[in-house]
Amino acid sequence: MKWLIAVLAGLLISSGAGADEIAPDVMIKNVANDVLDVVRKDKDIQTGNARKAVELVEAKVLPHFNFTHMTSLAVGKDWRQASPAQQKALIEEFRTLLVRTYSKALTEYRDQTIEYKPLKMQPGDTDVTVRTQIHQSGAKPVQLDYNLEKSDRGWKVYDISVGGVSLVTNYRGSFGQEVSANGIDGLIKILHSKNQSGQTSASVKQ
Amino acid sequence: MENGLKRRLNMLAAALALVGLLGGCATSGSAKDPAEGFNRAMFAFNEGLDTVLIKPVAKGYDVVMPTPARTGVSNFFGNVADVFIAVNNLLQGKPSDAASDAGRFLINSTVGILGFFDVASEMGMEKHEEDFGQTFGRWGAGPGAYVVVPFFGPRNVRDTGGLILDVAADPVGNTRHVPTRNTLTVLRVVSERAAMLPADKVIEEAALDKYSYVRDAYLQRRHNLVFDGSPPRDPDSE
Repeated sequence: MKWLIAVLAGLLISSGAGADEIAPDVMIKNVANDVLDVVRKDKDIQTGNARKAVELVEAKVLPHFNFTHMTSLAVGKDWRQASPAQQKALIEEFRTLLVRTYSKALTEYRDQTIEYKPLKMQPGDTDVTVRTQIHQSGAKPVQLDYNLEKSDRGWKVYDISVGGVSLVTNYRGSFGQEVSANGIDGLIKILHSKNQSGQTSASVKQ
Repeated sequence: MENGLKRRLNMLAAALALVGLLGGCATSGSAKDPAEGFNRAMFAFNEGLDTVLIKPVAKGYDVVMPTPARTGVSNFFGNVADVFIAVNNLLQGKPSDAASDAGRFLINSTVGILGFFDVASEMGMEKHEEDFGQTFGRWGAGPGAYVVVPFFGPRNVRDTGGLILDVAADPVGNTRHVPTRNTLTVLRVVSERAAMLPADKVIEEAALDKYSYVRDAYLQRRHNLVFDGSPPRDPDSE
């Protein structure tokens, strides 16, 4: 039975040659299954090997994210003041920070299962929320939502919320604080030093 | 009213009075966090307490207790909480959720052997998360300023009011037998803290400034809870 599902999933992926044909919820499901399959088999990641987790995230998850949109949301109203070069640096640093966070979360993965809520989407929608719930024995299920937007290259995630907390807009407070104290360059600097502080940063750098 | 409960409420009231007093004269941060100076101090105090005492104990507990036992303990306290989650759902005008919570309590207390097994979830009766702060929010009370309450951690003014009722209504705190009450209280703190250990590492990795990261996450989370997971979407503006 399992192989049948695998074949069907494979068909879904390959038939989506015009990438935008893959529905957003199917895309999330495929990526999550792919990633968790690797994590379940990889003892190194389970025991906290950050480098391997980062590599996995870079290969499987990153292509589906729109980091420009994510960064502009996190920076908020100050985004428009930033020069193109500053914006580029912000995207780069924020991306590294998110990859580190996401990878860290993966190394904490144990036996949770994902339940996908029915997708509410009208034909022609270009912005949807894929709602999921993470179930773990002995704990309340955690709500995990993905916000996606349609692009020329298929659906891209621009925000993730855990229990209603947006991982992106949650930075607005501290980013805004930093910008008003030390300007955009101050924010870039502090992000950079944060990213340098962990041992995982080396492998994230391109 | 019982002595223990009175004492705890008095302590809480004293702590809150302190919050009000110091909070009032602290210089302001942002609009949602006018008492930032005081809050940062309290946050540091709570973090210190966590680092030297609660976290090490929770880590030990996590190592020593086999997973099924930890799950059982967590289920037990979850079951105790289901009673007043039902009450809050009723107060919020959600009788069917309240009935489901009451049903969970009945099933888990009996078939689930005093709540150690969460049979109801396996039967598809979802666990809810409600408290008096959310009930006030549902009734239209705004969150008010952010406050870090000593020992209890992040709150807003509305939820601090809710906290007083939560503490007063807490079945564990109202246990008459003092050694039992103390044991249960400690066990619950440790069990809840242990469940947070994985999140800890992620927050350390994610936060530029832990104080504001936790604050903003708390405020978002509470807003989300008041609307049971689907708050009206706030577009990109803030």
